[in-house]
Amino acid sequence: MAEIKRYDNRLGIAGWLSGGRWGVERYAYILHRITGLGILTYFLLHILVTSLRVKGIYLWAGHGFMHQPIFRFMEYLVFAAFAYHASNGLRLVLVELGFAIGKPMEPVYPYKTSLNVQRPLLVCMAFLTLGLLAVGAYWALTK
Amino acid sequence: MAEAGKAVRQIAFHVTRYNPERDRVPFVTSYQVPVRQGMTVLDGLHYIKDNLDATLAWRYSCRMGICGSCGMLLNGRPALACNTQILHIANANLTVKPLPNFPIIRDLVPDLQSMFDKHRIVEPYILHANEAESDFWAGEFYQSTEQLKSYLQFSYCILCGCCMAACPTLATDTRYLGPMPLAAAQRYDADTRDEGRHARNAVTDAQSGVSHCHYAGECSRVCPKGVDPAKALQLLKRSLVLDYLHLGRQTSPCKKLQGPGNGTRLPDIAAVPKKTA
Repeated sequence: MAEIKRYDNRLGIAGWLSGGRWGVERYAYILHRITGLGILTYFLLHILVTSLRVKGIYLWAGHGFMHQPIFRFMEYLVFAAFAYHASNGLRLVLVELGFAIGKPMEPVYPYKTSLNVQRPLLVCMAFLTLGLLAVGAYWALTK
Repeated sequence: MAEAGKAVRQIAFHVTRYNPERDRVPFVTSYQVPVRQGMTVLDGLHYIKDNLDATLAWRYSCRMGICGSCGMLLNGRPALACNTQILHIANANLTVKPLPNFPIIRDLVPDLQSMFDKHRIVEPYILHANEAESDFWAGEFYQSTEQLKSYLQFSYCILCGCCMAACPTLATDTRYLGPMPLAAAQRYDADTRDEGRHARNAVTDAQSGVSHCHYAGECSRVCPKGVDPAKALQLLKRSLVLDYLHLGRQTSPCKKLQGPGNGTRLPDIAAVPKKTA
């Protein structure tokens, strides 16, 4: 029998980002991945930039290249990514250990899922992130 | 309230079409469908097939949310066509696509074979340490209501594939087992009659296993039967951690009754029929 041709309908990266009638946990997931990749990129760039010290200190000294306002802003972005990734990571550790998701129950329509149960934890995570961002902004502006 | 049978609105169905013998890539064809109150997407597809385009292909069987055949991407969200009312999700336009993350066989028919293969890997049935027990059972197992509740929710899965289509991790990682097979694993792991948890752990704790779930939660949100695969997967992770720390439930805690008849039968209860298997 001849093999039937099939069209590969895998979403790929678009599956992370594509819109749809998704819920807030989905966006938290996407942001967690983006911030994770952002922090990883920062680490790689950090190694690259610090290695430039062997070329001299002009990048770092006084009003050098690394002291431009754009770099202060990018530093704050790195901190914001860290703040979100750490706060959401705490939520994920709790949820993935089976806390704050409720017990298995008889599914009765309209269905209530573990997403509803852990929602307060998500709100706490959001406030923790906002608090860290505010502290970081205050520190960056007053330093 | 609109009269039954009378069209209340024209809805444009934007349906993904693909014929493997003719098309290189899928394309979208639009159809105008007169929609009544209470009309489901499945009814709309039947209208198209009967009146507008007889070549449209999709998969369905029971028409009442039991068989799990008619999973589709409706306005960007996986759902069963038979229990989704058109007017609940569409005002003027409705996009109907095949479930993503599965190859398309034709039009709205996805190839679910990869899901069934992964399902088979987790051994979704009760395993006994004594294999003879499966074929020649000597009695009934006692299970309390609480023990039943620990897995009952996860046993309502109809294998429609909506959770697999909604999972963002599965969108990029073909090796990941996905929510349906892993929820099935948890369903049997949590069953006190089962003794195969440690055997399943080798699969669920592998590189393609449950650790790839990061709780986007879409599987639970789209599940048409309220199975809540996301909850099952988190409980499975907890179970794996406890097993790693040697703190998990020991296997075979289920007390076995040596058949009915141990107690005194009430006079108005008939005798147990003879074994047929």
